[in-house]
Amino acid sequence: MAQHSNKKAQVQAVTANRVIDGIVVYLTEKAEWSESLQDAAVAEGKEAGETLLARAQPAVETQHIVDPYLFEVAQEDGKIVPASVRERIRMAGPTVRLDLGKQAEGNAA
Amino acid sequence: MPLIKDGAFVEDRFTYVEDDAPLPEGAVIVSFTRWQDEKDALIARGTPLGVKLLSGEEPAPLKGDLDKFDVIALDFPMFKNGRAYSYARLLRSRYGYKGEVRATGDVLRDQLFFMARCGFDAFEVSQRITLDAFKEALGEMSVVYQPASDGRKTVLEARHGG
Amino acid sequence: MYRYDEFDHALVQDRVKQFSGQVARRLAGEITEDEFKPLRLMNGVYLQLHAYMLRVAVPYGMVSSRQMRMLAHIARKYDKGYGHFTTRQNIQYNWPALKDIPAILDDLASVEMHALQTSGNCIRNVTSDQFAGAASDEVEDPRIWSEIIRQWSTLHPEFSYLPRKFKFAVTGSPKDRAAIRVHDIGIEVVTGDDGRAAFDVYVGGGQGRTPMVGKLIGKSISQENLLTYLEAVMRVYNMHGRRDHLFKSRIKILVHTIGADEMRRQVEEEFAAMEKDGPVVLPQAEIDRISAYFAAPAYEKLEDGPAELEAAKKENSSFARWVKQNVAAHKVPGYAIANISLKPIGGVAGDATAEQMDVVADLAETYSFDEVRVTHEQNLVLAHVAQKDLYTVWQQLEANGMATPNLGLITDQIVCPGLDYCALANARSIPIGQAIAQKFEDLDRQHDIGELKIKISGCINACGHHHVGHIGILGVDKKGTEFYQISLGGSSDENTSLGDIVGPAFTEDKIVGAVENIVETYLGERQNGERFLDTYRRIGIKPFKEKLYAAD
Repeated sequence: MAQHSNKKAQVQAVTANRVIDGIVVYLTEKAEWSESLQDAAVAEGKEAGETLLARAQPAVETQHIVDPYLFEVAQEDGKIVPASVRERIRMAGPTVRLDLGKQAEGNAA
Repeated sequence: MPLIKDGAFVEDRFTYVEDDAPLPEGAVIVSFTRWQDEKDALIARGTPLGVKLLSGEEPAPLKGDLDKFDVIALDFPMFKNGRAYSYARLLRSRYGYKGEVRATGDVLRDQLFFMARCGFDAFEVSQRITLDAFKEALGEMSVVYQPASDGRKTVLEARHGG
Repeated sequence: MYRYDEFDHALVQDRVKQFSGQVARRLAGEITEDEFKPLRLMNGVYLQLHAYMLRVAVPYGMVSSRQMRMLAHIARKYDKGYGHFTTRQNIQYNWPALKDIPAILDDLASVEMHALQTSGNCIRNVTSDQFAGAASDEVEDPRIWSEIIRQWSTLHPEFSYLPRKFKFAVTGSPKDRAAIRVHDIGIEVVTGDDGRAAFDVYVGGGQGRTPMVGKLIGKSISQENLLTYLEAVMRVYNMHGRRDHLFKSRIKILVHTIGADEMRRQVEEEFAAMEKDGPVVLPQAEIDRISAYFAAPAYEKLEDGPAELEAAKKENSSFARWVKQNVAAHKVPGYAIANISLKPIGGVAGDATAEQMDVVADLAETYSFDEVRVTHEQNLVLAHVAQKDLYTVWQQLEANGMATPNLGLITDQIVCPGLDYCALANARSIPIGQAIAQKFEDLDRQHDIGELKIKISGCINACGHHHVGHIGILGVDKKGTEFYQISLGGSSDENTSLGDIVGPAFTEDKIVGAVENIVETYLGERQNGERFLDTYRRIGIKPFKEKLYAAD
């Protein structure tokens, strides 16, 4: 959602929801969609971000995903980590039910 | 824009005319503003006439002149803007308009059923649509709870007669 | 409760078929998300943070045991084994796949349920009093009129693309348990001059970004005129409500802008014209037909205070405590209204597992004439339990984590799903509620504090009803950090008031302490057994502000 994208963000990835089941997915280097943030392509700088987001468009047109957007990430200890609380929750699952969502499947990080 | 009327694709004999453009020969649809400004001249042409109402232009001011119009086009600037459903109902059920009430603008298949119930009888559908899909859309619900402007028998009437 | 006839069945089945077609066309790429979104919203399908969310309609909160078992089945088969009861008496599933939704809707239709109009810019679920038909303060049964309004508003061709969502609530008691004055249209069913049920119609209440209390627009509207009158209100709104600005599109903004008197004038003018066009006829036969479904159940002839109840209370202090706090008086001798708390300490407010739903279904079938009610405060009710059966009911609830004796107390909070689930949220709400509940876990302390309704929303949309909390908490996002803003003195009952913001927002680690300070202030100031709300109304905000921000 545009409302949540950080205009000043330098390091970004692209995320969306899958049409068939609504699951959170991330755009990879190969322009595929992975459930794991660690597979995500990371763009540095505004232009690279816009280029990356444009690569999400074909999947919108084939109805594979909806509403792709850029979000800020950081790289910590070789892992990609979302900058915002919202994206951390989207990546992992509800903080109040650690037995649900990707965090429970071992897919979150 | 393909026009569907009486269950078939028909040639639109009307031309929409911009406010500042000269009026061509024959049947024209003008804006509400132009109707108000050039009323006498438009009537004097003696050719079939239509008016297009935008969202926010309510039909009440037309009520004394409805016999002048073969068609009244009601605009949906976005399909989510549902004002024209009320305008259509007013035209049919309050002002007794018997001419063509046409849906124009952002007119999608999944609103056709409600439009028909409210009294629209012609549709400039903005999506690609086959006649089969159109007929299916109009027949989507076999029962209706509330009266509208299509004269259709309601569930209450079926339950209790009337 | 109401049972579908052939026409009701046909409508729901047609709709399932229609929506299944729309889902198929979506999955085949024939319609875009922009075109599909309003369609899926009108069938209760949201896209949330983690997955789709399906909101199933529970008309005026009434569920039969058969329906409750189906809700449990859906949780098990298509979701992750639980559901969430909402502040509009509906149930939400957080993890359905879009491709499974047609099958879920088929299952729902088989028990006379659906997800129609639980979202979108249309008329939503009509909510009502969870004690309908049982409370002694009831003047007229609101469910009859709720069902009539439900049918009239279902797939209404003129009012399915309104400027914004539209919510109705109906109460049949002057004691308003349905929050009618913070709804787009709130109706109080009263006794008219002719001794028949009539309707006081409030228009333009609501919460969200600009909370407002509804204005009395129609007084003592007759049964014959009810639906035509409501159509008049809806048409004025459909034509004149703003469509240019998302935050100014509710009917409350229209009423506020033109004033209650002008609103009334426009509605009456439209009503008079509609009567000539052809009113919306509501035959007496239909009123009688629907009323029959809400006739009193076959109560036994029983006495109040049966020996079994008194003995059990003496034997078991936990049970006695639960009776005192969670059991309300019933209008029929020997019966009681049992409130099932879905607010266990450390739990998620309003959530129930499939197993819990099955237990409630069994209890309802055996002990409450097969009826369960969902409350807008996210609890459940068994409305007609014989007092002699209360102990057995309690034992089952207790064994299944649903007997927390906290109805209306500080740990009985309304909490929206918040940033843990909701794509609209700015902050998490559930863990805040949990932390507060844990702090106040001690039952003696809770009972000493008395009635104190905390309502928590994770964003300005106010699904957690924070504006009408005695203590309201609004989660906000300040530069990427979650903060919590407190308001005091709200109430959603017949003396509706909107809370006053107390001052700057608190961080997550300070919010529990802030609530403690508020409670301490109240306890220090209360007189003559006042509730928190009474003390607040008497002393005002200043003492609370001072205590909260003293260190600053």
